[in-house]
Amino acid sequence: MTTQTTLPVDTETLTALSKSKQEPAWLTESRTKALELAGQLELPKVEKTRIDRWNLQNYGSYKQSGLIKSVDELPESVRNLIQANENSNLIVQRNSSVVFTKLSEDLKGKGVIFTDLETAVREHGDLVKAHLFTAVKADENKVTALHVALWNGGVFLYVPKNVEVDVPLQAVFFNDDASATFAPHVLLIADSNSRVTYVDNYLSNGTNGELVHNGIVEVFVKSGAKVQYATVHAMSEQTTELTYRRAVLDNDANIEWIVGEMNNGNTMSDTHSLLKGNGSNSDTKVIAVGSGSQKLNYTTRANHFGKSSESQMITRAVMREEASAIINGITKIEKGATKANGEQTEKVLMLSPKARGDANPILLIDEDDVKAGHAASVGQVNVEQIYYLMSRGISREEAERLVIYGFLAPVVSEIPLELLQNQLQTLVEGKLGQ
Amino acid sequence: MSTKFVIEGLKSTIEGKEILKGINLEIKGGEIHAIMGPNGTGKSTLASTLMGHPKYEVTAGKVTLNDEDVLEMAVDERARAGLFLAMQYPSEIAGVTNSDFLRSAINARREEGNEISLIKFIRQMESKMKELEMNPEFAHRYLNEGFSGGEKKRNEILQMMLLEPKIVILDEIDSGLDIDALKIVANGVNAMRSEERGFLIITHYQRLLNYVKPDFVHVMMQGRIVKSGGPELAERLEAEGYDWVKEELGIVDETVGQEA
Ligand SMILES: Nc1ncnc2c1ncn2[C@@H]1O[C@H](COP(=O)(O)OP(=O)(O)O)[C@@H](O)[C@H]1O
Ligand SMILES: [Mg+2]
Repeated sequence: MTTQTTLPVDTETLTALSKSKQEPAWLTESRTKALELAGQLELPKVEKTRIDRWNLQNYGSYKQSGLIKSVDELPESVRNLIQANENSNLIVQRNSSVVFTKLSEDLKGKGVIFTDLETAVREHGDLVKAHLFTAVKADENKVTALHVALWNGGVFLYVPKNVEVDVPLQAVFFNDDASATFAPHVLLIADSNSRVTYVDNYLSNGTNGELVHNGIVEVFVKSGAKVQYATVHAMSEQTTELTYRRAVLDNDANIEWIVGEMNNGNTMSDTHSLLKGNGSNSDTKVIAVGSGSQKLNYTTRANHFGKSSESQMITRAVMREEASAIINGITKIEKGATKANGEQTEKVLMLSPKARGDANPILLIDEDDVKAGHAASVGQVNVEQIYYLMSRGISREEAERLVIYGFLAPVVSEIPLELLQNQLQTLVEGKLGQ
Repeated sequence: MSTKFVIEGLKSTIEGKEILKGINLEIKGGEIHAIMGPNGTGKSTLASTLMGHPKYEVTAGKVTLNDEDVLEMAVDERARAGLFLAMQYPSEIAGVTNSDFLRSAINARREEGNEISLIKFIRQMESKMKELEMNPEFAHRYLNEGFSGGEKKRNEILQMMLLEPKIVILDEIDSGLDIDALKIVANGVNAMRSEERGFLIITHYQRLLNYVKPDFVHVMMQGRIVKSGGPELAERLEAEGYDWVKEELGIVDETVGQEA
């Protein structure tokens, strides 16, 4: 039985759109096949969350936005997120398409490719085709299938062998028209022994209705390469977000995920590292604040295949008002991944009697010679701590603020980019109603 | 105005159990009072009740600081009015650095827009930490997290020194301190003695009182002050223990709230 058979688009329209964008035949086919799959597949099974009850109809239709010449033309909410200067590297997607792209001469000279994914399909077809939808596949479930059918705009970042990029590259995805399909795809390839930091922001404001943001991120970290991937989500209350982020790590490859879940609507996110290579390493940090009547489901995963591969996953979530969060950590160590080590911690702090939090740490281990550990806790603000702070003259409000920020601090303080730390700080304050 | 702290007929309960059974005490600026007594006699309950710990409910009595009704005030208001309690078991708060905490506490006493400058704050904090022979690194550690018992006690004294309260209650500040640390803490207390400031030192040993001379000594049993005297009382308790007090007053079990 299929729960939802109405698809947001039909095959003819999808084909016509693909052709009008001069997409290669393989891509048109990938889209139409995925649409067919979307009609057959079920929604993903998400732990303790009935996403079938979420508002998942509002994919809208493809709407091309006009290119802009300068970031000055962007709304203030977007400009606040970026540092635009000569050396900055920035891609901005508005609604269904990318409107601004900038890559410094320096990085161009080093062979770095940083462009919207639609352009990359045309200009770097082989490279894109070899990777696109190989980490997250169309046939996983209805959501991934719909993404493969509908994706638009997006980012393609390629860092050549041995190139070390020492400035962060940034993308901003924003929606201000709920009737426009918003399904950016990020494809990042860090070739052997390269290094890169990439940061992106998702936001919607002034949207005129309900919107689904169905996003996928695929990261390929080749041998010895190191990727720092930071992503901050601040979509409006009317946006339902479904995101899959997945990294594939070769030998001695390294990824650091930094995720700020600051959406205002229902959100399902799944951040996953596939540690295929020996000696590969994944470090995932998630901070989240839920408010209103948000339903949230955050999953972090590490799959160990490589010997001596290591993973750390930390999620810290603060839930206020009637928000509820299900937080899953899944560390899986496959047979043969000897000397692997996987650690995870999930903590939820609840600020009101109606807030809900549930932490589910799971270790699945098929190899004897490994280390793994988990810790999870769900609790309220500690009254003794508030009393202690207040006994020094600090007001209750300020005491609570200190405790909440203290709870998030172990993650926030590890964030390597100051701009991002400040952004998160501001978003956290906003979400906490301060 | 010189400080005057008055406790009259104070009774309080925890989880419905009456622990304080009517406490009367007056502390003036410049005075040092010591409350001594075996474990389980209600000393910490008195301290917590005065500070306004949410678990304790006042059922009778009155407490005033310079004629202001303390029991009407929220915990933070009591602190800003001049009350300070160095706790027997200070909380650990992960993620909040000691220095951020101290600065918030200082600024809570100042008008908005008139916050202490960072430089001035750091200078003050560092000089007091030096007096207490604290490693400067403790400023950047999370509040009390992973501090040893003695480090927590010093950190309590550091807060007292920076906040300059009118009434200082020290609850077992001497427990867990070796003799060197005890002297440092005592020096810190003595440095803060002033005509404007009163002290209530809770302890069950005479040890600390060798270094901080009390003007008045009170013995607490069964949730009451059962005996008061001068410094000589503390010396006798140290030499002879509490049994003679119990005998004199016909007390068999000195504890409170521990019915079988
Ligand atoms: N959290 C609590 N819950 C229940 N009873 C308590 C609690 N704390 C203290 N008490 C009761 O109050 C009595 C006095 O405790 P306390 O004031 O800590 O004594 P002291 O500081 O003199 O050792 C204890 O014997 C115990 O029965
Ligand atoms: Mg005690």
